[in-house]
Amino acid sequence: MSLILSNKAGEKAILLGNEAIVRGALESGVGFTSTYPGTPSSEIGDTFAAVAKDAGIYFEYSTNEKVAFEAAVGAALSGVRSLVSFKQFGLNVASDSFMPAMYAGVKAGLVVVVADDPNCWSSGQSEQDSRYYARMAHVPMLEPSDPQECKEFTKLAFELSEKFRMPILIRTTTRVSHTKGIVKFGNVVKGKTTGEFDRNSVRFRSFPPQILETHRELHEKLKKMKEIAERSDLNFVVNENKKSEAGIITFGASFNYVMDSLNMLGLDFPVLKVGTTYPLPESKIKNFIKNLKTVFVVEELEDVIEEKITELAKDANPKIKIYGKDLLPVSGELNVEIVSTALVKITGTKNKIDLGKHFAEFSRLKIPARKPMLCPGCPHRATFYAAKVAAGPDAIYGGDIGCYILGIFPPLETQDFIFSMGANAGIVHGMKKVSASNRKAIIFLGDSTFFHAGIPGIVNILYNKSNPLIIILDNRITAMTGHQPNPSMGVTGMGDSVEEISIENVVKGLGIKNVKTVDPFNVKEMIASIREFLNKDGPSVIIAKKECRLLTVRRARKEGFKLPVFEIDQKKCRKSGVCLDQIGCPAITRENGVYKIEKDLCNGCSLCFQICPNKAIHVAKETKEKVKSEK
Amino acid sequence: MMKDSKDFNLVIAGVGGQGILTLANIVAEAALIEGYDVKTSELHGLSQRGGPIPCHVRFGKKIYSSIVMEGQADLVVGLEPLEALRVSYYGSKERKTVFVFDTWRIVPSSILTQKEAYPSVKEIENKLKDFSSKAVGLNASEIAKKEAGSVVYTNIYLLGYCVGKKLIPLQKSSIIEAMKKIIPEKYFEMNRKIFELGMKKS
Repeated sequence: MSLILSNKAGEKAILLGNEAIVRGALESGVGFTSTYPGTPSSEIGDTFAAVAKDAGIYFEYSTNEKVAFEAAVGAALSGVRSLVSFKQFGLNVASDSFMPAMYAGVKAGLVVVVADDPNCWSSGQSEQDSRYYARMAHVPMLEPSDPQECKEFTKLAFELSEKFRMPILIRTTTRVSHTKGIVKFGNVVKGKTTGEFDRNSVRFRSFPPQILETHRELHEKLKKMKEIAERSDLNFVVNENKKSEAGIITFGASFNYVMDSLNMLGLDFPVLKVGTTYPLPESKIKNFIKNLKTVFVVEELEDVIEEKITELAKDANPKIKIYGKDLLPVSGELNVEIVSTALVKITGTKNKIDLGKHFAEFSRLKIPARKPMLCPGCPHRATFYAAKVAAGPDAIYGGDIGCYILGIFPPLETQDFIFSMGANAGIVHGMKKVSASNRKAIIFLGDSTFFHAGIPGIVNILYNKSNPLIIILDNRITAMTGHQPNPSMGVTGMGDSVEEISIENVVKGLGIKNVKTVDPFNVKEMIASIREFLNKDGPSVIIAKKECRLLTVRRARKEGFKLPVFEIDQKKCRKSGVCLDQIGCPAITRENGVYKIEKDLCNGCSLCFQICPNKAIHVAKETKEKVKSEK
Repeated sequence: MMKDSKDFNLVIAGVGGQGILTLANIVAEAALIEGYDVKTSELHGLSQRGGPIPCHVRFGKKIYSSIVMEGQADLVVGLEPLEALRVSYYGSKERKTVFVFDTWRIVPSSILTQKEAYPSVKEIENKLKDFSSKAVGLNASEIAKKEAGSVVYTNIYLLGYCVGKKLIPLQKSSIIEAMKKIIPEKYFEMNRKIFELGMKKS
């Protein structure tokens, strides 16, 4: 039985922020949960997946975030408490249904969790600040700072959602979602898992002119919500009784940096910690700043709150000096170094350690970068290699979202642009339409991305007639976010078997004539297939089908078969460098001009063996007789 | 028991798949057992694919941020020499940081394809001296491979060493209790054996 399900109220355990959100939902009697995985939110879904059966609740990995959100709305409209989670870009995908959902309202509580990623640790596309969504969608937003708050805020969000009959948005950031801390448990509550939609309720039939009335009502709801925020202990002051001319207002993860900075500098300014980002407790803020000479607004990314506080100060304390983004970056996450340096500037106190000098010493080190790479034996590497050989340096290589984004780096360089899930298909279509030279173009889409948002773009290519080659990198899993199942796998988020949805059948069903499934570890066939399809008049699809190598390695360990390990025959090696310079496998090294395969890292894909121009690579003797076919 | 006024700051560095999180989880759990407030910080996703993944553990009376501040690490455990050097950002002479790292090198192919040089272990050790009171390189993965048949036990060997040298202000019994909780039962005995070997190295 998972720790998350422990029913010992008062027990303390170390949980990830994301796990604490799950625990909060379980303590609220959640019945329906859904997600599309995306870092830093993925562990919310993965934890639900792990406990749903034992907890007697429903969980699914939906096809995309919009569907995940809609499914949760459906359950909440039917009277079942629901939670849906995704990363910041997921909210963009869901936004078309997210906006009207506030108008329609809900019957049972619906909590939406969005995880932003300041510093873009796991987000290639933009450094989005999702706090802006709250105002646009008229949705109350709560921002926890640590795992304990993640749990408590989730519980409160369910209560508020039912009180106001509307979804509530919880926003985390990477350092909240991926921080582990001590969480004190309450009781797990068994909630409703079944319910019926009442079609006699006219509330949900959004249509003008009634929708204008609902819009007005939404603003009334937010006013009431603001009154709750004014009294809520989610908004509290630290060092309240300290007489001070300066104060700090802060949110989420930034609160922790503020507290550590104050402790380190030996300062005891009052700190207003705000948990209700929208609507803000405006009277509380006015009251906090009215007798201060300076206030420092500490928030990550955009100046969402600073702008609002500047507005409130005009009324409450027009002479106050407001510090914020003049001392803090708008890009990247904050930390104690940045916040304490700003405080040193404001107060003239001294930092314990000379950060400037320390950092200068560190910068002098010039440490070679270790960029994220496709794993040893990754089938995407073989496909990218084949594509480069077949299509040459002048073709367009459309990039998309998944592990294959790592093809951006040399030597592969097969991700010319990266926008959003499935965007590749639309963008390459546009490029093909305006290209006077009928330039060769390849669209790379992962298996999960294909189902998520790839299909509409492919339909468009077919219907509006362009002829790119679409390569679907079918590694039989949603790999990048931590190996979640997807519709082509035949297994659900709760571990039940279902009929696989065949990618090949889908694209053939659309009417694409040139369709072929190829094993990317068959390098010759892959190169020949890409060459052939690039010369077709109509669109074509190659499904590069091979299991994610991490899964094969795990399966080998579990099922007791050995994967081959390759080695380089130094007598035959003519130092062409092809094995290293053209595929960039992490298992291959070169030192003093000698090429070597690190046997501990080699996952036996055979790509280097197949492409070595001097046939200098072979299966290492010690593994030869133990190797069984890996299917 | 440490003084209330000083939090303990640990940074664990290495490459994805080296058992960094397991090591962090064990130390955090042991800190909880001893009644400390504790936070750890980890990164998932893109950073896992062969990229560097530093993991932070902080414990003490009351912990706010899960991330160790520049120059404020008490101990840095490096499962790979270059990665130990990369997190020298967190070490300083002022804090008397100690670095303990495995000398087995995992050469990033980005270095190889761009023809940069991987510094020698000796160079790394020398450079670390500017950010620490002490830097110890151990052939932990060799021992793990020899004694347990796999480099996956390297993390536990280094943990044993640090506990033996009293570089982590936690009792051995708490660490063992935490290991029991976190490591799957069938692997526990081997981990314990390697842990003891690490302790003996002290």
